[in-house]
Amino acid sequence: MIDPSVKKPVYWVFAEQRQGRLHDAGLELVGAAAAIAGQTSGSVTAVLLGQDVGGLAEDLVCHGADRVLAVDDPRLALYRLLPYASVLKRLCLREDPDAFLFGATSLGVELAPRVAAMLNTGLSAHCIDLKADEKGRLLQVVPGWGGGVLATIRCEKGRPSMATVMPGVFQKKRTEGRQGEVVTVPAGDDIDLAGPRILKIEMQEPKGIPLEGADVVVAGGWGIGNAEDWKLIEELADLLCGAVGATRPPVDEGWAAEDRMIGQSGRIVKPRVYIGVGISGTMHHVVGMDGSEYVIAVNKDEKAAIFETADLAVVGDFRKILPLLIREIRAKHARECRIKDEEGRRNNG
Amino acid sequence: MKRIVVCVKPVPDPKEWHKLSLNPVTKTLVREGIASVINPLDRHALEAALALKDATGAEVVLVSMAPPGARTLLMEALAMGADRACLLSDRAFAGSDSLATARILAAGVRRIGPFDVVLCGNSTLDGSTAQVPSQVAEFLGIPNVMHVEFLECDPAGSLRLVQAIEHGKVHLEAEPPILLSVTKQVNKPRFCSFLELLKAEKKDIAVWTNADLALDGSQIGLAGSPTAMADLFVRQKRRSGTRVTGEPEIVVQALLNKLHQLGTI
Repeated sequence: MIDPSVKKPVYWVFAEQRQGRLHDAGLELVGAAAAIAGQTSGSVTAVLLGQDVGGLAEDLVCHGADRVLAVDDPRLALYRLLPYASVLKRLCLREDPDAFLFGATSLGVELAPRVAAMLNTGLSAHCIDLKADEKGRLLQVVPGWGGGVLATIRCEKGRPSMATVMPGVFQKKRTEGRQGEVVTVPAGDDIDLAGPRILKIEMQEPKGIPLEGADVVVAGGWGIGNAEDWKLIEELADLLCGAVGATRPPVDEGWAAEDRMIGQSGRIVKPRVYIGVGISGTMHHVVGMDGSEYVIAVNKDEKAAIFETADLAVVGDFRKILPLLIREIRAKHARECRIKDEEGRRNNG
Repeated sequence: MKRIVVCVKPVPDPKEWHKLSLNPVTKTLVREGIASVINPLDRHALEAALALKDATGAEVVLVSMAPPGARTLLMEALAMGADRACLLSDRAFAGSDSLATARILAAGVRRIGPFDVVLCGNSTLDGSTAQVPSQVAEFLGIPNVMHVEFLECDPAGSLRLVQAIEHGKVHLEAEPPILLSVTKQVNKPRFCSFLELLKAEKKDIAVWTNADLALDGSQIGLAGSPTAMADLFVRQKRRSGTRVTGEPEIVVQALLNKLHQLGTI
């Protein structure tokens, strides 16, 4: 029960955008904060920094923000740490929110600690769950020690209570016609413009089906052993219209791109079907996938920890299993194509 | 460049993490008998500092907040080529969260004296909050950049940096003083020879307590940490599935049936 004499909690979410596109992390978090606000009679404010970003406010409202606090300034057009941090500090001091959430993106993990240090307040990193206590205060669940241990963190001194949250932990959900207020405030004269100059930003189009929101994920681990055999993972993912995932070693070895990493320092995925091949199942990885609906694990080591997280545990050598599986699926597709072809011919003739 | 400071942290050897256990009464981790190693990314930070030293002749100073036993690991880092080390060690530092840790490290860096660059690993293996770099920079009042995967000093003394972001890279130009935290892509750390290890024994490791740093007791350790652990629990295993084993034909058939049932093929 919420004590009615207590001020209603106000939860802030940093709405990250680059080049006028909102990052999913912010959209996921306004939704998560709205769910908590629903239990605590609180409200959600999305904080949006940039230039000509007003058009993004509606999307934030539809995803769960009650209010959008927009700072529109050419000096904030491109993200730079100190201008962004100094503006957020001033907004926090002026409005005194109860909590402030950031996506644990490359931008969020650089910006949030700097703001927390400016405000002398507590910040918890890479949360995998958020809750509220009976007073509406935020409780943050963080993985530690490779994810084997979970800790609930509370900010006991300082305001606001801050957290970075792993992208993908919460699902974004748009509700058409949701109403909210949009407030635009100036960046202020005390904006700190110090820091490195941006010479160039190079963006690469991500290759393949993204992990974000994938229905099927086929992930490989250290057990795959080499770049040549890694192609089996990609082939199976392709056949199942799924996204390729990886543990840390395949990314370090260069078999998979950085954006493929699932786990504590990568992404959290919750596909309908997850297939893990040659993955030992360290907690570091398991943290990122055990919210999947159905888990299939293939490993030749019958004692592999991944089997404790699997619905279907396949003990065997992937080098024998995957090629055969791929062949069988192709054969099935070919049969279905033939049947469709024949049907088509019959209908035309 | 005159001086580069490198932050170094001893972490429990990840190869021995399975030995970690949770004391159910005190809710603290039992880490006795587990060897420490230098946090792997900190070796990359040190290598980056040594490359700058090779190019500019700067002095490289290590700073570490750790128990006195960390001397051995600092010796190893000195053998890689650092000039001297400062070990910040005091019981009053125990229980510090990232904010209090950053405050202590910043005080240590300030006591070392004027510097051009502070380098650290982007995150540590044990806590892996990756929060300390930005917070040390804030307490030092200097800019910082995370996820640095390339750095180079031009003759005029400016730094060229490449920062990794999602699906891209940001090229930056920065002036010292600045704090940079690096990823493992930045370089390949050098090894040190036995001879260098012997030479390192002659290098200076200063041990500073809070008497030297003179931080207010309310700003460090548990008292200076805004975050508190409300609960600590071991992750529950959530599934106990069906097991299939045997000839490839048999397991593949089981997989096909399941994938069909799930509607994925």
